Amino acid sequence: MGENHTHNKKTGLPRKRFYRARAHSNPLSDSHFPIPISPCEVDYSLHYPEVVKVDPCKRIEFADVGCGFGGLLIALAPLFPDNLMIGMELRDKVTEYVKERILGLRTTNSGQYQNISVVRTNSMKYIPNYFEKGQLKKMFFLFPDPHFKEKNHRRRVISPFLLDEYAYVLAVGGIIYTITDVEELGEWMKSCLEEHPMFEALTSEELEADQVVKLLSAATEEGQKVARNGGQTFRAVFRRIVTH
Amino acid sequence: MEETNMDDCEHNRESEVAPALIAVHPTQKSVAVAVGSNLRVFNLQEGCSVSLVDNSGVHMHKDSIRAIQYGAEGKLFVSAGDDKLVKIWVTDSWRCISSVSSEKRVTAVAISNDGRFVSFADKFGVIYAVEIEGSHENQSVPNKKAVPILAHYCSIITSLEFSPDGRYIISADRDFKIRVSVFPEKPSDGAHEIQSFCLGHSEFVSCLAFICNQDSQQWYLLSGGGDSTVRLWDFTCGSLLDTCHVGETGLLQSKEGIDDRLLAVTDLCATPWGSLIAVAIQSLAGVMLLSCNLSAKSLHVARVVPIPGETFIPTSLAAASSSNQLWMVMGASTLCTSHSAPLACVKVLNGFCESNQDSVEHEARVLEDKDLPGSEQLLQTLQGSSFIEKDALSAAAEAVKTAMCNLLIKKQYPSENREFRKRGRNDKRVDKKK
Ligand SMILES: C[S@@+](CC[C@H](N)C(=O)[O-])C[C@H]1O[C@@H](n2cnc3c(N)ncnc32)[C@H](O)[C@@H]1O
Repeated sequence: MGENHTHNKKTGLPRKRFYRARAHSNPLSDSHFPIPISPCEVDYSLHYPEVVKVDPCKRIEFADVGCGFGGLLIALAPLFPDNLMIGMELRDKVTEYVKERILGLRTTNSGQYQNISVVRTNSMKYIPNYFEKGQLKKMFFLFPDPHFKEKNHRRRVISPFLLDEYAYVLAVGGIIYTITDVEELGEWMKSCLEEHPMFEALTSEELEADQVVKLLSAATEEGQKVARNGGQTFRAVFRRIVTH
Repeated sequence: MEETNMDDCEHNRESEVAPALIAVHPTQKSVAVAVGSNLRVFNLQEGCSVSLVDNSGVHMHKDSIRAIQYGAEGKLFVSAGDDKLVKIWVTDSWRCISSVSSEKRVTAVAISNDGRFVSFADKFGVIYAVEIEGSHENQSVPNKKAVPILAHYCSIITSLEFSPDGRYIISADRDFKIRVSVFPEKPSDGAHEIQSFCLGHSEFVSCLAFICNQDSQQWYLLSGGGDSTVRLWDFTCGSLLDTCHVGETGLLQSKEGIDDRLLAVTDLCATPWGSLIAVAIQSLAGVMLLSCNLSAKSLHVARVVPIPGETFIPTSLAAASSSNQLWMVMGASTLCTSHSAPLACVKVLNGFCESNQDSVEHEARVLEDKDLPGSEQLLQTLQGSSFIEKDALSAAAEAVKTAMCNLLIKKQYPSENREFRKRGRNDKRVDKKK
């Protein structure tokens, strides 16, 4: 790795500037990347080689959808060492960056960061290909692309129809975390969740008690950018409930 | 610029040809064929052609019909397609009681088992439900608005069915996916609860059918697709029970000139207990018969029934549960006879009934035109002509192969072209934002 100029010599971590990509992706366009035919075809030994050696039956429980440069996964990894997590990212180069970043962290911090990984995929189309019914405990949607125009609202990663799929992969009691610095999008995500019969908002006490909530605005690259600019953020955190 | 983006999940209009469709009344009172914008119905009880009466205040279909279906009890019939209209018909008088408009072209349609709802899918993968009222009275009902109940994210829905127990609505798409959703008490609230996904196809899913275990009375799902397989599913949990690769049976290989890539399964039709499953294959002149043993949960190929003397590649299959006849049609919207009505060719296979494989050998045979119920009149009505010349037929077969290809295989843009299309889109906007 030493000779690789795309990586920082000291830390072994990849340099972000070599992994720049278009800032926004069109989730509707068909891309060519491998997609597991069903969740049982997800290759865990590729993503979590060390964990699989110890517990081959362990499944992914957290998903960071549109993970960007992976800041959240890296913050969560030591907090939940027993949970497997995956970042899902559409942009090829960004995914490569996150992959290298995790590999670098695994090398420099022996035994750590074995529980996080990343896939390049279109989460709006292929969530059910990765997770079984009720498999996930947490899903994160941090600073998703806003898609301002009304006719592009259907491209938003939180939408009434896509929430059906998220409710399917989340276990009852599982939590969906969303945050944005775009007020209109914040309102939209909140109202989609409020109107969905399979989700209920966490109370302010519950939000207070959840250590993950604090990470939402600070852990990711996008969140840090917003914080640096002193921007406001809008949060919606909901629990998957049973339907009657 | 935005428009190009939207095109991504639609495909090129020009190259599209609509294959002919066939449906049979559940007790074989009538049979319907759709080809292009033509809907043709023959009354099998009285042996005469049916004239359709449209009281809905809206015109007949003006563009290719993409889906037709009889309701479970046979009282209702629906037709829908590229003209964005869903027409609901009562089959006693063949009046259109309602024309529901869709914002986009319609790709699939289904009637709930209790006959209370019609559901249809549009080109963007959104599935709608509309309540049918007054279907028994002689009055027409106001043309209602449909409500969206669920969506496959931007994928074309190829098949839509209510499960025979009425609990689920099952939708199949061009992205290998089959979704089983609980059909809600109040569809206007949406079908949010996903029971399962049936995942296993590695290409588009083209067709769905149900079969029932005679002993346990449990229903199972069959699906066919572009990966040349027919699959058997326990759809309540989404588990794949068996897969039959139609191309690897040895039955097709022996045939000269069959291209492996043209072995997509295009339609399925099963006897109720599943002991016989008819399979239409993109380039097979004939029909393949499978048999399913539901206690062993396994699928086997029984045999290929060739259609003698001619080149007949069925584009659609249908059977009434009460009879032992399999109805087949070959045709496409662009095929015209000399009288300029689009050409469709109809054949019937006798002996399509629950039985063991051995007796199938003896029984299943294709009827000659003169032996068809309603004979010449039936053909005149459904085909548009009582006699189709050999040349026209082989030309039709070629056209059908292409039609199925264009319909089913996703448009692949050459990579250069792709890059160009991409560049033309949103990079400009992105640069501005940075
Ligand atoms: C504004 S960034 C936020 C990234 C990260 N969550 C953060 O907070 O820093 C949104 C990310 O979602 C990704 N994305 C957009 N649509 C996606 C999709 N359909 N599937 C997966 N990722 C997607 C984009 O490529 C982009 O990296």
